Amino acid sequence: MIRPPPLALALTLAVILALDATGCSPEVGRGNAGEGGGAGITVAAAASLTDAFTELVAAFGAPVELDFGPSSSLREQLLAGAPADVFAPADRSSMDAVVAAGVASDPRDFATNQLQIVVPAGNRAGVSGLADFADAGRLLGLCAEEVPCGRFARQALSNAGVNPVVDTNEPDVRALLTKVEAGELDAGIVYRSDVLAAGDTVEGVDLPADAGVTTSYPIATLAGSHHPDDAAAFVAYVLSDEGRAILAAHGFGPP
Amino acid sequence: MTAGTAPRRRAGQGRTPWLIAPLAAVAVAYVALPFAALLQRAPWTDLDDLVGQPVVTDALRLSITTALAATAVSLVIGVPLAWVLARGHLPGRSATRALITLPMVLPPVVGGAALLFAFGRRGLLGGPVYESTGLLLPYSVWGVVAANTFVAMPFLVLTVESGLRAADQRYEDAAATLGASRWTILRRVTLPHAGPSIVAGAVLCWARALGEFGATVTFAGNLQGRTQTMPLAVFLALESDRDAAIALSLVLMAVSLAVLLPLRDRWLTG
Repeated sequence: MIRPPPLALALTLAVILALDATGCSPEVGRGNAGEGGGAGITVAAAASLTDAFTELVAAFGAPVELDFGPSSSLREQLLAGAPADVFAPADRSSMDAVVAAGVASDPRDFATNQLQIVVPAGNRAGVSGLADFADAGRLLGLCAEEVPCGRFARQALSNAGVNPVVDTNEPDVRALLTKVEAGELDAGIVYRSDVLAAGDTVEGVDLPADAGVTTSYPIATLAGSHHPDDAAAFVAYVLSDEGRAILAAHGFGPP
Repeated sequence: MTAGTAPRRRAGQGRTPWLIAPLAAVAVAYVALPFAALLQRAPWTDLDDLVGQPVVTDALRLSITTALAATAVSLVIGVPLAWVLARGHLPGRSATRALITLPMVLPPVVGGAALLFAFGRRGLLGGPVYESTGLLLPYSVWGVVAANTFVAMPFLVLTVESGLRAADQRYEDAAATLGASRWTILRRVTLPHAGPSIVAGAVLCWARALGEFGATVTFAGNLQGRTQTMPLAVFLALESDRDAAIALSLVLMAVSLAVLLPLRDRWLTG
C-alpha cells in the first residue's frame, strides 16, 4: 500500500493537477451565504458584469458577495448544488438550464449588451470591420465557441459572411480583452461594456447594424437561497431605475 | 526525498511503527476517494465516442509532446542549476532558490501573464525579437513548451538539488584524490548518485507539465491542434458538456498512470 516517497508524490501531484485542469478552483469558496450566518447574499454573475455589479452592490447598501465567472461555469456550479442566492448569466440558455433543473425560477431580463470589435489603442493593424477577421496575417482572437461571447461573435461573423481565421479561442471574455489590452492580439470581439470598462487601453469598432447580435442578461433568485427576501430585494434593485442607470453607465442597454 | 529509498529496504516491511500505517491509509483514501467519485460519474457507455474525436486526439498528442519537450528543456538547464544550488559557492544562492521556486507559488495564470510581458509581442525581450525577426512564442506550440517549462522546471530543480545534497560527497572527494578530473567526477560519480532524484524530478516535472492549464492558456492561447492541450480541452468541454470533460480527464489520468506506474519499478528501486 505504501509507495516509496518520490513516486507517491509524483502520483499525487499528477492526479491533483489533472483535477486542477478541470478549472474553476478559485471560485470554490463562496463565502457563507449558504450557511445561514446572516452575512448577506451571494450573487453568481457573468464575468462581463464585473464592474457594473460591483458598483450596483456598493449602491445597494446591504452586504452582497459577488461570484463572477463564465456563465457556463457558474451554471455548472449551481447545477452541482453550489450555494448562492441570485444568478445573473450573460445568456438565456444558461438561465434556462438552471430553471429547467428547478434551481431557479421566474427569470427576468434586466439588460442587453452588444458586441464590438476591440483593438489595442492606436489600432496599429488597421482593423476596420468583421471582414478583417478572415486575414491570417493579423493576430486575432475570439472567445471559445463554448462560452456565450464566442457563440455570439461567430453568429455575427457568420451573418456577415466572414469565415474567421483566429490565433486563439480564449476561455472567457476578460481573458480575450486582456490579450488585446496588452497588444498581444490585433483584434477580438467582445461586449461593448467590456470595451468601455477597459478605458483608454483599447478602442471599440462598432459592428454593422445587420451583423450586430444583441444579447440579453436574465436574473433570477435561486430556490436554495437561505435569504429569499434579501435575494428578491437585490433582484428588484437591479431592475429598478437606479439599477438600470448604473448598468447604462457601464455600456449595457435596457432589456 | 530520494534519500528514503535505501533505508526503506534496510528497515524491512514488517516493522512499521503503529501510527504510521493508519495515517498513510488516510492519506491514500483522501486522494483515492475523489477519483472513485469521478469514476462513478464517468459516462462509460459513451466513452469511445467522446474520446475518439479529433479534438481529443489532437489535444492528447499536444499534451504529451509538449510535456516531454518541457521536461527535456528542464533537464538541460535545470540539472546544472540544481548542481549549482547544491554544490556551488555562488553568493545569493538562497535568493536564487527562492526565485526558482516562485512559479510553484504563483497562480499559473499570473505566471502566464508574466511570460507574456517578457516574451510576448510587446514584451521586454519578445518585443525586440518580434520587431527584428518576426518570431513570436505566443500562439505557437513553442509557447506551450515555454509555459510548461516555466511552471514545471522548479519541481525538477528542487528534487535534484535535494538528491545531490543527500549524496555522500566523500565519494567525490575520493575520486578527486585519485586524480579524476572535475568532469569525470560529475559524469562517473555525482550524476549516477543523483540518478534516482533526476528520474524522480523529471517525472514530477513531466506530470506537472501534462496538467498545466493557467500559464498555457494565458501565454500560448487556445487553438485546436496548435496550442490546445488536454487541460484546456477539458476546461472548455466543461463549459458545454460535463460528461465529455470527465471522459477527457479520465484519458489524462490513464496516460499519466500508464507512464508513472512502470517507471517506479524500472528506475526508482534500482
